[in-house]
Amino acid sequence: MALLFNEEQQYLKDTAKDFVQKNAPINHFRELRDSKDETGYSKELWKQMAELGWAGVLISEEYGGSDFGMVGMGGILEETGRCLVPSPLFSTALLGASLIELGGKADQKKDLLTKIAKGELTTAFALEEGSRHTPYRISTTAEKKGKNFVLNGKKTFVLDGHSADLIVLAARTSGGIEDQSGISLFLIDPNSTGLQRKRTHMVDSRNASEIHLKDVEVPETKLLGELDAGFSIIEEVLERGQIGISAEMLGNTLEAFDITLEYLKERKQFGAVIGSFQALQHRAAVMFAEIELTKSSVMGALNAVDENSNDRSRFASLAKFKAGETLHLVSSEAVQMHGGVGVTDEFDIGFFLKRSRVAEQIFGSSDYHLDRYATLSEY
Amino acid sequence: MSDIQTFREETQGWLKKNCPPEMRKPGDVCWGGRNPSFSHPDQEIWLEKMGEKGWTCPMWPREYGGGGLSHEENKILQEEMFAIGARPALASFGIWMLGPALLEFASHEQKLEHIPNIVKGKIWWCQGYSEPGSGSDLASLSTKAVEDGDNYIINGQKIWTSNANYADMIFCLVRTGPQEPKHNGISFLLIDMDQPGVEVKPIKLISGKSPFCETFFTDATAPKSNLIGEINKGWTIAKRLLQHERSMISGMGLATGAGSGPKKTSGMAELGKKYAGTDEKNRLADSQLRAKIAKHDLNSRAFGLTLQRMAEDAKTGGPSATASMGKYYGSEQNKLRYEIMLQAMGTQALGWEGEPFTPEELAITREWLRSKANSIEGGTSEINLNVISKRVLNLPN
Repeated sequence: MALLFNEEQQYLKDTAKDFVQKNAPINHFRELRDSKDETGYSKELWKQMAELGWAGVLISEEYGGSDFGMVGMGGILEETGRCLVPSPLFSTALLGASLIELGGKADQKKDLLTKIAKGELTTAFALEEGSRHTPYRISTTAEKKGKNFVLNGKKTFVLDGHSADLIVLAARTSGGIEDQSGISLFLIDPNSTGLQRKRTHMVDSRNASEIHLKDVEVPETKLLGELDAGFSIIEEVLERGQIGISAEMLGNTLEAFDITLEYLKERKQFGAVIGSFQALQHRAAVMFAEIELTKSSVMGALNAVDENSNDRSRFASLAKFKAGETLHLVSSEAVQMHGGVGVTDEFDIGFFLKRSRVAEQIFGSSDYHLDRYATLSEY
Repeated sequence: MSDIQTFREETQGWLKKNCPPEMRKPGDVCWGGRNPSFSHPDQEIWLEKMGEKGWTCPMWPREYGGGGLSHEENKILQEEMFAIGARPALASFGIWMLGPALLEFASHEQKLEHIPNIVKGKIWWCQGYSEPGSGSDLASLSTKAVEDGDNYIINGQKIWTSNANYADMIFCLVRTGPQEPKHNGISFLLIDMDQPGVEVKPIKLISGKSPFCETFFTDATAPKSNLIGEINKGWTIAKRLLQHERSMISGMGLATGAGSGPKKTSGMAELGKKYAGTDEKNRLADSQLRAKIAKHDLNSRAFGLTLQRMAEDAKTGGPSATASMGKYYGSEQNKLRYEIMLQAMGTQALGWEGEPFTPEELAITREWLRSKANSIEGGTSEINLNVISKRVLNLPN
């Protein structure tokens, strides 16, 4: 298994680094937060990102994408993670493109993937219904009525749900509340009658919403994939999502660690820079070790998708477990090592702590993936 | 057919012809030496064949008796040996630690004298680094070597010399210059153990075993030709050798079965199921234990990937970073592994000898105690964290 970026992938990542540092440093995020921007991300920036080809990284050339694969996507996410850039990259270019690629019929793919690759369509994936990741406990219902389905229920923690042009929603078309079979995916126009989206203001100032459905009618042609058989699509998309968000979290971690190291070399107390104190040095060294392990786990997992490894599921849990544990550790230590200024709003370091806890919840916490890994390993 | 495919077929053929049946089963590995002891006649045959071929040290230059294999060829050799269950022909600090340092720092004549003997297992080497007053502060060592004609006269004491009671030769850090500045007066000297001035006393450890000794030098001698590198510049060699030692110890953190092999369940999970039982879904019944094992398996896997990645990437902070990170993490993981096994087995892991404990259980108990030294030997975890913070993170003194 390859564990390093190849030349092309490295080039893509370096380009992303340059672009992000220049056009969307952490201050970009701070300004969006302070201005209570309604979209929550800059449409202008997303247009530029799409022009660089990022919207189509996972989309085949046939539909105008660049087909760079998950390793390519991971490199970009790591760089946007460094600067906490809010954008539709994750919800649209990773989740949306994957859902449609894996579930879509030829005409759906042609129409939607082409638009996504051009940056003309944003999507949101409406799956969760509670406050903890329980992907197959779905009680939102879709009942057949003539040539339509009628949807009722509520979705929570829908990333980019308040702003997306298209919602991909998982609803129960048969079976009991926890059954894996009987789940179907629908492509829903957010302006449908009976659909209400409520933006949720989260601690990380990023973009999520609730979606309420009351007798929302969706034409049967808007089914994505086969009826009752959404599970396998969801499972694969979730794994890609877990791996992708882990790459973004690695970027968060690296930046928080770099900022902290710099502070340790600058801040003086007792007549010495605090980075000369062994109590802090050892904790920094332990973080370094954990970060190295996280890099390898994320890289292994990104490659597991591209190489179509039969161990992809365990790799996804490995990446999300490790990314969650390490970002949690580093973001907490970063605040502590900054001392008083670490808990001020003026310093950026608190952003990483807040983002950490939200990102940890996306598609399963470290504890969730610990349990999942053990189950997949047959114990 | 590609060269590499030819090499694989030749290797298969050679192993088929030369690896004796007994050596295709798990078992102990011999340590060679002037008076080697073999637990089975096949062990001697296997060592001789592998030594002649240079495959005890597959990637060392042919000129000095090594196998001269490329990275890729070596990988094939290891795969083919694994495929027939062949155990290593030789265990040796000469292979793992001294040899690589000699290849880098010794003169051509010194290499010709010592390396072929390492490859063939003719000399059992031990390491003379630590002293009673110089543990983590290794560079403060005070064992003295004084010039006397063509020889050095050595006086002092070493401690934690592994298997010194069996070893033929010792590679030793000695003070040839002033005590201060401490790093600048150290030399790297090879000393024969078979002489009246060398006395060895095994140290009994908490495990009940004595893998380490105290070694006393009283007017012991070594020819000047046994000094490796420049006089008083031995610290550079010492540090490099420590990297080899640390990398060697790192590998222990990779718990067997936690990788991506065909068998999904790790050895620890099997053990947990055996002692703690399973629930109706065939999960480990003790949920706390299950979580600890899963966390350890995940970290072992991440650690294995990291060693692999660092081997592929020369840019990851250099060998010192890799070695220190690996040594720190690997030894802590290994200690934790035994603690989890103890927790899984309950009182069956706490027997000292006799009934009702099986030999496997007693071995785990002793290995648990042995593992406590992992994060001390070859540089403590704390020393390795120091190396990371200073050399990799550039945190100031």
